[in-house]
Amino acid sequence: MFSQNLLRTRTGEGSAATFFLTPAVLLLATFLISPFVMSIVFSLTDARLISPLPTEFIGLRNYQRLFSDSSFWQAFRNTFTFAAIVVPVQSALALFLATLIKQRLRGINIFRGIYFMPVVINMVVVCVMWYFLLLYPEGLVNSIVQTVTFGRVGPLSFFDNPALAFPMIMVISIWQGVGFQMVIYLAGLQGIPTEFYEAARVDGASSWQQFWHITMPSLRNTHIFVIVTTTILAFKLFTQVQVLTQGRPLGTTNTLVRYIFVAGYREMRVGYAAAASVIFLLVVLTISLIQRRLLTEEREVR
Amino acid sequence: MRRRIGVGLRYAVLIAFALMFLAPVIAMVSTSFTGNERVIQRDLDNIRVFWPSPLATTNYDEVVTGRVIGGAPFTRYLANTVLIVGSIVILGVFVNSMAAFALARLRFRGRGILVAVVVALIIIPFEGVAVPMLLMVNRFGWLNSFHVQIVPFIAHPFSIFLFYQFFPRLPKEFDEAAKVDGASWWQVYRKIVLPISLPVIATVVILQSLEYWTSFLWPLMVTRGADYAPLSVAMNHFFGTPPRRWGQIMAFASLTALPLLLVYLGFQRWFIQSAAQSGVKG
Repeated sequence: MFSQNLLRTRTGEGSAATFFLTPAVLLLATFLISPFVMSIVFSLTDARLISPLPTEFIGLRNYQRLFSDSSFWQAFRNTFTFAAIVVPVQSALALFLATLIKQRLRGINIFRGIYFMPVVINMVVVCVMWYFLLLYPEGLVNSIVQTVTFGRVGPLSFFDNPALAFPMIMVISIWQGVGFQMVIYLAGLQGIPTEFYEAARVDGASSWQQFWHITMPSLRNTHIFVIVTTTILAFKLFTQVQVLTQGRPLGTTNTLVRYIFVAGYREMRVGYAAAASVIFLLVVLTISLIQRRLLTEEREVR
Repeated sequence: MRRRIGVGLRYAVLIAFALMFLAPVIAMVSTSFTGNERVIQRDLDNIRVFWPSPLATTNYDEVVTGRVIGGAPFTRYLANTVLIVGSIVILGVFVNSMAAFALARLRFRGRGILVAVVVALIIIPFEGVAVPMLLMVNRFGWLNSFHVQIVPFIAHPFSIFLFYQFFPRLPKEFDEAAKVDGASWWQVYRKIVLPISLPVIATVVILQSLEYWTSFLWPLMVTRGADYAPLSVAMNHFFGTPPRRWGQIMAFASLTALPLLLVYLGFQRWFIQSAAQSGVKG
């Protein structure tokens, strides 16, 4: 069936490669590499989204302004706090759920399906459904809180209380995302040879000891992957904050990405937002490079 | 006896977690089917929030055929979203697999560097380049359109990487046999490589659909009004516009979640495999 067109077989692989690569290369150059370079270039200018004045080079002034803006540091801190809490909690919960659904029980696939389900729900919808349960003062969660504390606590205004708003966003984020990491951990758990556990049992190791001495070390690469991807996702936090609080109350839920969004889009200060983007990129790229380092080290050890 | 208690306990834990994941969804759906807004207000603080009464589809009627959100019905936003996500995914499968095919199967100068560049690009987060991109598409005159939400996302380094990892596993003899028969490289790609790459195509399609069905930051910046806005933006707009009518909001939310949930129900194994595969990086 391929016998027609003998000529084309003679075509060099180089020109074939050009043909296959051109669409992707053009698109990546235009929509990923050049905006990346522009982030750095614009961060040194006073570029605005719409402006009658020509753009001028202003050196590091954007960075100086950025570093002296307390609301930038607040967003920066919030983003780190979010990651510092969500990443360990979500990873540990994901591992726990993975061990749950690894059990050989009838109907276990149904539970696996339910735990993963929030992953396929649009994040804006997730926010809306949770907001409804957390309504002040009459939401279901508030009435539960009041019942279990015999009315001593609450009703709580979850999204107006600086002590509660961000923790609530953390809970919602974990609820939506944990199924994804659970599945990755499940794949990791299934990769551990059962002989390891048999040998340990012969030696009289308890299941707790088996967990710490076999399961945890065997999952090293899975841990690194899960922790790093969750960290990066955590640093990108935007949708939940924009839908639920817009950074309120008092900026306690503002994040780096939302800071970039407000500066670059709402205030149209492209140059200034680009400087914030560069900081954001530095943080995320550093984390990714650490991951790659850890993963290659592992491979060399083996 | 002890064993049976153990099994019962395990199921108790499994069910407790299942309820935590299901409760918000059930509350959303049952509220969407409750026809009377006053009843919703009355019941939202107790267990009856999980049961629709009086059972009615009026909220759905209003949301689907009425123009309650930004002057357009639900179907408009659904069509926008399907068009955007569908275009990204379908064009993406071709563009990304073609690039990966060249990187994995063809010999040419600069191949190693190109592979390294693609792998490096995986870690650039879109959020970090969104603002310069906004300025760029604004200069192009692309704001408020479908293509501004499609074209920048077709080429996807991680998808290229997934294809690139998969292709060398296919026996190279296929290529050579086909070439002896006089097939062009395009025919090798189109008639041999693509058809046996269905597993990785499914993974790419699922991961990209999840990513772009829920995308929010970019459409929020580049769309105005109902003509081009996707479901996530419409949902946010509807939710943020007082007075809140929870029956309608939940009907809209349920409908927004429904398409992917249905696909998920049908292809659950594929979804879970795709997620697991995203982890075998590196």
